Amino acid sequence: MAVISYREALRAAMRDELNRDENVVIMGEEVAQFNGAYKVTEGLLKEFGPKRIVDTPISEAGFIGLGIGASMLGIRPVMELMFWSFSYVAFDQIVNNAGNIRYMSGGLINCPIVIRGPANGGTNVGATHSHTPEAILASHPGIKVVCPATPYDAKGLLKAAIRDNDPVYVMENTILYNDKGEVPDEDYIVPIGVADVKRVGTDLTIVAHGRAVITSLKAAEILEKDHGVSVEVVDLRSIRPLDEETILKSVRKTHRALLVEENKPFCGVDAQVAYLIQSKAFDELDAPVHRVSSIDAPQIYCKRMEDLQMPNVERVVAEALKVLA
Amino acid sequence: MAKPAVLTHPESLKHPAGPSAYAKDPVNASMTKEAKIALYTKMARIRHFEQRCIRIYQQGKIGGFLHLYVGQEAVAAGTISLLGKDDHIITGYRDHGHGLMVGMGMNECMAELTGKVTGCSQGKGGSMHYFAPDKNYWGGHGIVGGQAPLGTGLAYAVKYKGLKGSCLAYMGDGAVNQGAVHEAYNLASLWDLPMIFVVENNGYSMGTSQERSTAHPGCLAKRAEGYNMAWDVINGHDVYEVRAKTALALKRAHEESKPTVLEIFTYRYFGHSMADPDKTYRDKEEIKTYRDKKDPVLLFEQELLREKVLTPELSQTINDAAMAEADKAAIFADESPDPTLADITKHIYWEEDNRGPKTTSRGTIIFE
Repeated sequence: MAVISYREALRAAMRDELNRDENVVIMGEEVAQFNGAYKVTEGLLKEFGPKRIVDTPISEAGFIGLGIGASMLGIRPVMELMFWSFSYVAFDQIVNNAGNIRYMSGGLINCPIVIRGPANGGTNVGATHSHTPEAILASHPGIKVVCPATPYDAKGLLKAAIRDNDPVYVMENTILYNDKGEVPDEDYIVPIGVADVKRVGTDLTIVAHGRAVITSLKAAEILEKDHGVSVEVVDLRSIRPLDEETILKSVRKTHRALLVEENKPFCGVDAQVAYLIQSKAFDELDAPVHRVSSIDAPQIYCKRMEDLQMPNVERVVAEALKVLA
Repeated sequence: MAKPAVLTHPESLKHPAGPSAYAKDPVNASMTKEAKIALYTKMARIRHFEQRCIRIYQQGKIGGFLHLYVGQEAVAAGTISLLGKDDHIITGYRDHGHGLMVGMGMNECMAELTGKVTGCSQGKGGSMHYFAPDKNYWGGHGIVGGQAPLGTGLAYAVKYKGLKGSCLAYMGDGAVNQGAVHEAYNLASLWDLPMIFVVENNGYSMGTSQERSTAHPGCLAKRAEGYNMAWDVINGHDVYEVRAKTALALKRAHEESKPTVLEIFTYRYFGHSMADPDKTYRDKEEIKTYRDKKDPVLLFEQELLREKVLTPELSQTINDAAMAEADKAAIFADESPDPTLADITKHIYWEEDNRGPKTTSRGTIIFE
């Protein structure tokens, strides 16, 4: 098994699927000649040519809508958003058109589009470029949303997304692009809608997704080393479909839950997870469910403060101790 | 402030009553008598279907919005009558006429309006969301201009697959001020897509006239020049002219893979939707003038009578049959069942509707 970066894992997924299916097209701003704003698509133009790897103008509503239309006729476009923050200018296409077409046509039309790109704060770029819209988008039935935290999941989820017959929105993280991990060379997928227990424990369940998983794993080590607490970390991987069973199974074991996400707290993913736990595992709980999310304000520019605004290891450890108190 | 230049209407709009100057255009001259009668029949069917809808709406059986196509029939009829197997269409919410033109049945169309499970979208789409992908009809879209990028994507897919086809994306005159439309224009031209944008200019974006909505001194189609696209203006009251000029755009799409913007001047007799009392922004006299002098169904009937393709008796038979068909559709819609509570959560995800050994996800897709 090769050790490759999260970025290389995403690229490998696209390369595999471009080779497997002639209807797969990579499209987005700077994906071809420029080799990708974050170099995720580096080398693909050279390997697959301009018919398969397509540079678009800065025109998200236009090219995302075009991808949706093309997908209705059987093309499988993998659209790169330079930042998911830019999806907001294409919201009508992403939600109204991609998300509703199957339903409104009574199941006559499929929309097998993938939209991928980074959706994260923590990069010192201010509020407009730091949005994390997984909760917003996952609140629309018809849409699937995944947030890989590791290179293995990045490759497997992206491949599953490209093969899926519904719109799948893949939210990556620029801070994770250089993270390395073991990734099989052979063909595999990570099924959409299946969470993963990233660390086994007995005293506390931390539910997280995206980079919050990495933060939580670091916090779990400190909790074990310094406080003698055994923490289980459940990585959601998919926001919608949500793997309720894995979350509930872990909570039934540990009886305590801390939910960590880089979203803002109001109507965040973990608001839904908290509801799930209280509605289906209320009697299992030995303590109230706690949350750690970004401080509820537009993303601050100042790097020192942004690091405090977002969930970090210290905040997760402190909140975990409260749940355990 | 300088006075805006005169709108660039096609010359033929000024002389609507006489014989069509486009009757001898090859695309029309080559039509058989049967084809002409069939085209007239389709226009009459749209007219009677829509008029029947008014009664059902007034009976309270059609919910939401109902945008009627009455007065605009020649646009859908003329353009769609030219299309072949790899030509696709997509439109906005005034979508009944296009549906009937591509061959959707009155029953499924009417039942969709009344929200019945026998409707074309099983009661899930409603008036604004007709779809018939088997007939290359991709909707039926509710948000003004939102369909323009989708249509461009259909044209992209046609070209990607190496087919000699096209996509016609219809929109109203109000849509030309939406950003998505401009983005679609740019992409269609930049990538040489076999695309025809059809601006059905009925003069009003809801209740706002073109003069009050659009900062452009000339016609709307001329905006195509900003995107290095061909354009044309068409008298949409003359179905022969619609066919003749659309045929040129189709040829450009098929043979050169180049897009065109067509602005087709037309007029709607009823409000923007049935919820529009239609009393504040235009006067009854204006509507009457169009009805009396420029009615596209009437003008084509007169044309065919002059050509001796139609007789008054045959015309009567065609119209009676269309009315009877609409009446029957109304009964069908009335007697059809509603979707069930369980139907609400169908057709959301392909995977849920096609669960089988290959289904991989196990997560919750529909939340309680």
